[in-house]
Parts: sequence; structure tokens; C-alpha cells
Amino acid sequence: MRPFEYATPRSREQAVGLLGRNWNESAVLAGGTDLLALMKDDVVAPKRLVNIKQMGNYRDVKVEGNDLRIGALVTMGDLAENPEVAKRFPALHEALWEAASPQIRNVATIGGNLCQRPRCWYFRNGMGLMPKDAGGQSLVLKGDNRYHAVLGNDGPAYFVSPSTVSPVLIAYGARVRIFGAGGPREVALEKFYRVPQSENEREFDLQPNEVVTDVLVPLADVRAGYYEVRQKEAFDWPMASCAVALRMNGNTVQEARIVLGQVAPVPWIATEAAQALAGKSVDEQSAMAAANAALAAAKSLGHNKYKITVAKAAVKRALLNAAGHKQA
Amino acid sequence: MSQYSWPEESQRKYIGKSVSRVDGPVKVTGRAKYTQDFNKKGLLYGKLVTCPHAHARVVSVDVSAAEKMPGVKALKVVQGPGKEIHWAGDEVVALAAVSEQVAEDAARAIAIQYEVLPHVVVDETEPPKDIKVASGPVTAEDIEDMFGNQVPLEEIAKALAERGVSTKFTESQLKEYKGYGVPDSIISAMRDAPVREAAAGSKSPYKRTATQQEGDPDAAFQQAATVSEGLYGMPLIAHCCLESHGAVSEWTDPGNLLVRISTQNVSGIAAQMAEPLKVPASSIRVEQQHIGGGFGSKFGPDSWGILSAELSKLAGGAPVKLMLDRRTEQQAAGARPSAYARVRIACDRQGNVTAWDSSSWATGGPTGGGMPPLPYVFKVPAQRKVHTAVLTNTGPARAWRAPNHPQACLITMAALDDAAAKLGMDPLEFFQKNIQLTGPRAKLYAEELNIAAELIGWKQNWHPRTRLTQGHIKRGLGLSLHTWGGRGHESHCDLTIHPDGAVDIKMGTQDLGTGTRTAVLMVAADSLGIPMQQINLYIGDSRYPMSGGSGGSTTIGGVSASTRRAAVDARDQLLAKVAPALKSEPANLEIVDGVVRVKGSTAGGLSWKQACAKIGAMPITVRGNNPDKTKLPDLTNSGVGGVQMADVSVDTETGIVKINKMVAVQDVGLVINEKTAASQVYGALIMGITYSLFEEKVMDPVTGRMLNPNMEFYRLAGLADTGELVVRFMRGPEQDKRGVIGLGEPPVVSPGAAISNAVANAIGVRVPSLPLTPDRVLAALDQPTANATTAGGAL
Repeated sequence: MRPFEYATPRSREQAVGLLGRNWNESAVLAGGTDLLALMKDDVVAPKRLVNIKQMGNYRDVKVEGNDLRIGALVTMGDLAENPEVAKRFPALHEALWEAASPQIRNVATIGGNLCQRPRCWYFRNGMGLMPKDAGGQSLVLKGDNRYHAVLGNDGPAYFVSPSTVSPVLIAYGARVRIFGAGGPREVALEKFYRVPQSENEREFDLQPNEVVTDVLVPLADVRAGYYEVRQKEAFDWPMASCAVALRMNGNTVQEARIVLGQVAPVPWIATEAAQALAGKSVDEQSAMAAANAALAAAKSLGHNKYKITVAKAAVKRALLNAAGHKQA
Repeated sequence: MSQYSWPEESQRKYIGKSVSRVDGPVKVTGRAKYTQDFNKKGLLYGKLVTCPHAHARVVSVDVSAAEKMPGVKALKVVQGPGKEIHWAGDEVVALAAVSEQVAEDAARAIAIQYEVLPHVVVDETEPPKDIKVASGPVTAEDIEDMFGNQVPLEEIAKALAERGVSTKFTESQLKEYKGYGVPDSIISAMRDAPVREAAAGSKSPYKRTATQQEGDPDAAFQQAATVSEGLYGMPLIAHCCLESHGAVSEWTDPGNLLVRISTQNVSGIAAQMAEPLKVPASSIRVEQQHIGGGFGSKFGPDSWGILSAELSKLAGGAPVKLMLDRRTEQQAAGARPSAYARVRIACDRQGNVTAWDSSSWATGGPTGGGMPPLPYVFKVPAQRKVHTAVLTNTGPARAWRAPNHPQACLITMAALDDAAAKLGMDPLEFFQKNIQLTGPRAKLYAEELNIAAELIGWKQNWHPRTRLTQGHIKRGLGLSLHTWGGRGHESHCDLTIHPDGAVDIKMGTQDLGTGTRTAVLMVAADSLGIPMQQINLYIGDSRYPMSGGSGGSTTIGGVSASTRRAAVDARDQLLAKVAPALKSEPANLEIVDGVVRVKGSTAGGLSWKQACAKIGAMPITVRGNNPDKTKLPDLTNSGVGGVQMADVSVDTETGIVKINKMVAVQDVGLVINEKTAASQVYGALIMGITYSLFEEKVMDPVTGRMLNPNMEFYRLAGLADTGELVVRFMRGPEQDKRGVIGLGEPPVVSPGAAISNAVANAIGVRVPSLPLTPDRVLAALDQPTANATTAGGAL
């Protein structure tokens, strides 16, 4: 790890003031479960760490108006155990429980989870997020891309969005509140993620001197489901995940939101799948049709064809879970 | 005349029972000190600068800035300009500094230029068919390879005579080989081999290393009723020792070195460090009380151990800790060689296996990979075997628990399982039918197959590949069998009985976590007739009598035999001193529960303490040895079998394989400690499940670097991934009379084959290579041939 300055601001204004205008100048430290590993591996080397754990009370989970407001500093463990979350947002509860390990969940914050960096092994080995060989060709395309994107993979980014929680929050229609030099702003979580076009850009709509302060989840009457396909029973990244939220009319789907994780550089909203399901009841057949629609545009990069099949299973099972069918 | 033989079951208080390991409490409370835990005041932190390229030549190394940094106490260029580097992660510079931070800063300040050379890191692709059998001069690696592959001695001698050697072996080299057990006929062939020049410009990564034939395979295949074919293999995997390789070295004075090192070989390290450090081995003390895993990768000091001592010397003798970081550990500190093979098997109408034909390839890094012993266990009457070594830049191979056996086992047992499917036979019936081909252990294997079948519910749960489970979760059963040697190694110990009754044992062995300490104490206690708790055991120090390295399942046989002989001799010397007081002959005395008494009597004995008071002023110290032809019988033995069965579920929509249950039936002669023996098998099953489902070193074809040198995408099974594990030992007088045999390796051999066979049974098609990850399982299901009637692997 390289030497760095360390600051603990007492307000969000102070925090923003301490953050630099460029990404390599500073980094926000909350739980640190991702940042410290990146620093130890010399993948990132911020000159200053801004510890935001004392910038204000962002550790509450509260109903505010039509939203559940979750402070960005709430740990994943606390959020997973929150009775309000378990009752109102069962799919979020499940995704949190499935994530990482108890040790990590007890330290990692929800804000940090949404802003974590991709697990792409070229990136984590210090070769860059859009790694290229000497001739300027993508290392991902020429190399081993078994865990890379099958959707939205026209380049130059081929990594997959890592958070398993963000697809669920997007399905529920969540927004994030961000604080920066110009004051607070709110962004729909689905718009928060974007595909960077160069190494200097990030995977989310955040300036280097902005921090995520809250997550707002609307209290809507939806049936939600979540499924992640993971090799190991615990402490493993999924190969694909899917979150769905269904607005029902009796047994018929009025409106569906279907969001896939780990298949594209951003959480992937499967509009075609949602359309395919509208007006239908959820059963094995309609769920499979929706899954096929969700992956219709998918393409293999050479080593990751299986991920298309795996992602279909995730979509199908998330839908069946939402509809109350028991799943393996 | 002392009775060294193992006591009858009725005479044993400990041996054969379940005893919790004596070092359990210090481990679970964190008091056990591992090499990594030594942080003495004044400690310097060692750091390696490693090469990021898989194949390169060092052009220049500039350490001037690093050397000038405050806090940098020692620096050594390990591979200077001109040196060729053969794998990413190999060290170029080593340094030591006052803190980890300074060491890292200094490492970053070093500028190294490389000329990048072409590399080969991917070995799964089948080599071209037209590779010529090696005809160039025989190298030392070739000879080791041939021994590893059990090539007949005449063939090795013939190769030496015909192909010659590139440089003459010196007499001291030959003496060294003789020391390794190379027979005289080969030593003289090595001496007489003509010197030939190596052909220039042969840069192919492929080396045909073996073509062997027995019987008449062509005729057998022609006459066969069925011929099944398949492709089988497993990739390079890392050892993943949770405690990485490394050492803390300090020169306690200018002539004496203390090395705390993570090792499987406490007694063997000093001799390996003496020459590079140019000090007598007797000036090097090696110490280790606990180790966080070795699995075959920690027998030598390695360059890192030597460097820790060299850096310490440069720093005026201060202790230098040089432990590999996880990335380097995964890249460079050991890999189990891969092995792949295309196999054809011929059977007659009754289901008897008549012929074997295999074309295999393997890599273990820059020197290629040897041929596993194919076909495994089954001596098929007619055989043809061709093997090609693939020379890659993936880092050096090291022995991994049961070297070559898991590879041979998977290839053989999967090919046999496919042959059974082709015949439409239940594999259990098919293996039983051919069991005579396993040779002298056939009866034992047959019995073990029946026990395992009962424990896994084979009859109830097995189905032919043509009748799969309904739904997308498919269940299947698979079986495999294995073998191993496991004779006890050379071991010596000193056992002392003090006049006050205290008992000490000193032995230069190590406890790899297998329960060696506990086993030695159990044997000593049963032999002396006193409780285990009364005995002090000292191990893990090269100043104690030499005991062999812990590899090849040789430790338990060695340490239990040397302990037994020492304890019997010490007991008999004590009884000789005590006999007059009890007015009896030594031969008429016994020690039971710490009371020395006339055999059979229940009163009038002496307590252990009273008895020891008769020794006199000086303690009794005796040396126990293994082997010891003067103190027969041979207390250890070689050669076990073992059968394993797996019950799996495969999700055909995701390709994910889950273990429902595994059964291990194992014969192992006399069991010393049932509990730690069972733990060995549980551990082996978990390790076996891990390599079957998860493990592989993923190498980037473009950069030649390992892409998963971590514990994130190099997955290891967690507890929930292992399913139900059932361990059953073959016990009883038949087994006891064989003596003590090692258990570390055998149970880790079969899981790959048993699990692969269970998956084939579940989904009706063979997944050719381990690990059985979703991409491989789904690809196999995607093959046009993947339907319920397909028997063999996808070709």
C-alpha cells in the first residue's frame, strides 16, 4: 500500500471539501472492504482517504413519506437484519443475506456496496478496467473472458457490474441521494450506473468530490423475487443474478421490472422480458419466455456462452420466486 | 527378549481408540505459534520483486534508489541481467527493511527492464499427433520423469545408451542419485552414457516422453465386442497453503543460523541450506512447531528460505521474515501438474476389459509433466500408452498430495465407467467383474466396494444413464478406487525416563496438523503403561534426532515405529532395575495404568514414580529407530486400497454440481488414532471435492499471468459445499497384523473420479475435464451427442 493522507470530516460539507476533483486524488472510505483490497493490490492509490463514517448520521433505516430511507453508512449486516426491510422488501433482504460473508457484511456499508468496483480479473490484477495489449486490442476479448459480460458487451467495457444488491434496489425503483459541492441531488439508481468509455471514467454517475448519502426505496405494492446463480453455497460471486418486482392485478402481471446482475457492465434492465410478461400470469412457461426475451440480445465473448444459459435460469427462478413458486 | 510387535487389542489403552489431538487447545486459543507469528523486536521485513512476465530475459536491474532509502537494511539482486525467467512471479530482487511499508516503497523504487519472450501457458489443447519421440540427449529431468512414470529399468538404460547425455554425470552427482535410491544398473548406465550434443533450435513446447506397449492391443481392439472412447483430464491447480511459504532467519552469531521455517521437513532443511549459504549444516538450527499446510509443497528451504538467511547476513544478523504474499504463493509456490488423455477401452461380450489405449499429455511447468501411472490399479492385459509432456511457463510443479495418482485415477476410472455405460452395465457390477485385474488386493477391493455400496445406497439410488431423474435437478452416483504405498520413513527418537518419573521424547519430526504429536504420545503411553499426559514430547527442532520429511504418507509409520522401539527398550531397562524390589524377573513384570507389578497380580506393585526411583542417579535414555532390523518385526507396511462413492445433484439449467454425500471406505492396516485418522479422510474428501468442483490456475493466454492468484476466483469449498461425508475404516485383526501404514494420500486420490462418474451418471454425458464448473457442465450438455444414450465423452 502506498502512503496516503487520512481525514475524518465531521460534516458532509467538510467531506466534500476534502475530496479532490480527480479520481486519483482522493477516495471515500466507508466500510473499506473493497477499497483497502484495491489499495493493497496497488490497483488504486489515492493520495487521501476521506473517512466518511463520522460525517453525520447516515446509519438509520426509516420510513419517510412514501420511501424507506436507508442511510449510506448502514452496514449490509444491519440492513439484512432490519425487520422493516425483511417485511417490506423480502427480495432485498434475501440479496443482502446472500452477499459475501458475515464478516464482510458486518463492515461493508450499503453506500459502498453500490459504489464498489468491478471484480474483473484484469482490473484486479492491475491491468486496467479496459485492458489492452501492446497493439491496442482488448485483453478481455483475446484472453479469458469466462466471467465477463454477455449483454451490453460491444466494448470498450466488458466487465460486469459487481453489486448483487443494486439490481434488487433498481427493481424496487430505488433512488440515491448524493451530496456534492452544489448541494444534494437525487438520481434514480438505474440512471446512476453507466458504462465508462475510458479508464478515467467511473461506472457510476458520481463526481470525484461527491458522496452517496442515502438510498430511498419507494414503498410500493409489488411482489418481488430474487435469485442468484452461485457455484459455492457461501462467499462467492454469482455468475448471474436477477431481481424482479411485479405489480399484480390478481394473478396477472400488470407491470414487471426485471433487472439482471453480473451480466453487463451495468445492472441490466430487461425491458423486453418485462413486456413479454405483461398481462400474463407467472408460470414455468411464461417465466421461461421472459428469460429468453431477456437474453435475446446476449452474445458470447468466446468463453462465456454458458452465462447466457445461467442468466436465463436466474430470470426464470426470480420470477417464479416472486410468484411464490418454490425453487431449488 | 523385548517384544517390539504391536500390542494385542486387549493390551491397548490408546492405540486404535479415538483421542482428541493434544495440540487442539493451543490452536483454537491462538497460542500456537506459526512461522508467520514470529515478530521479534528488531525484525526486518523481507520483500520480493517478482517478474510480471511469463517468459522474459532480464535486461537491466537498477536498485540504486531503493538501496539509498532510509530503513532498507539489505538488498540482493537474485536474477541479474541476462537471466532467463520462465514464469510470472519468479523473484528478481529480494530486500529487507524495517517495516512492511518501507519494504514495499523500496520494491517499487527498483527499475527492472525485461526483454519479453514468447510464452506457452495453456495446456488443455491436445498436442499435435506427429510429435517425434524425444531423441536428444537424456537430461536429469528426463531421468526423474522416467522414474516417476515407472518406466522399466531396461528402457531407462536403453535410452541412456542410445540417446546419450549432454554433459557427463560427475561421480558426486552419481553418488547423490544413488543416495536417492537409483539402482546400480542405472547409475552405471548414466556413467557410461555417451556425450551427445543437443539439436539446436528445437523450441517446441511438446516433448514425447513415453511410448509403451504390453501384449497385443491391436488384436484386442479388433476382437473387442465394444470399444468405448473418451477424453478426460484435470488442470493445473495450486496448493493454496493457508500459511504461505517462507521463513524467519537470523544469525544468532556470525557463524550460527536459526531458521524458523514453514516446512514439512524439519530434519532435512539444514542440509539443503548449508551449501548455498556456505556454512556447515551443523551451524544451522531449524525450528517449527506448527504449520499452516504444506500438501507436498514444503520440503525444501526454497530460494525464499535461503534469501531470508542471506538478507539477514547482509543486515548484520537481524531476523528477516520473508513470507510469500498470496499472489506469489499462488503463482510460484507450487502447482499440481495437469493431465489429459484420450482413452480407448476394449471389452469382450461378458464385460471383461481386454485392452487399453491412451494418448496423454500433461504439464507441470517448464520441464513438462510426466505420464501418470496409466491405467491406474487395473492391469489391463493389452496396453498402448503414448505420452507428451507440454513445457509451459506456468510456474514450477511440486508434489501435491498423492503425486500423479488423482490424475491417473480420474483418467482410468472415468474411462472404465464409460466402458460400463457403453456395455449397458452397472459400473459396480462392471468393476466387480474386472476386480481380478487389480492384482493381490482384489478381494479387499471387492469387499470395500460392497461396503461402500451399502453406505451410499447404490442399489436404491443408482440408475442407468439411459434413465435420468425427471426435472432439471439430476441425481447420480459414481465410484472409484485407489491405492498408495505409505510405508513408514526413517525415524529416530530419544526417549528418556528420569529418576523422578518424568518422561521425555525428542524427535526431529513435525506435525502437519495430522495429529503426529498425539499419535507418538499414544504409542509411547501404551508401550510404557502410563497415561499420555505424563509424557513430554518435543518435536519440530533439527537438534532432535532425525525423522523423515512428512510426505508420501510416511510419517505415521515412521514415528510410531521408532517410538515403539524406544519405549519398549526404555520400559525393559526400567523393569530390569525394578525387578529385584518386586522379587521377580523383568520378564515377569508389567506396567498397567502407571503401576509396575508382577504379571497378573492385582496388589503389591510399585507406582511409576516409585519404580523410577530405582533407576539410580542418572536417567535412562534410549534411541528408537525405524527401520531397525535388529528389533523386528517390521512395524510398518506398505500398500493400501480404498473405495469411494459420490452422490451428486446436477442442476441442468445452471450447470452447478452439488455433493449430496460421499462415502470413503479405506484400509490402512493398524489404526493408531481413529479420530485423527478419520479427520485425515474427511480433509481429503473436502480437498477432493474442492479440486473436483472448483480449482484451477487460470492462466491468461495473452500476458501469461495467472488471472486468479487469490482466494476469490480461485475457489475453495466451504463447509456447506461438502455434503454429508461418511468415513469407514477396515478394522480388525487382519488389518492390525499388517502394521501401521500412512493415510495422508490415499483418500484424496479418488474424489475426482467418483464425482466425475456421478455427474456422468446424473446427466447421461461425460464432462471431460475437472473442475466440474457450470461452463464445462453446460458445454457437455450442449454437445450434439449429449443425450441419454451416449456413453463416452464428447470426442
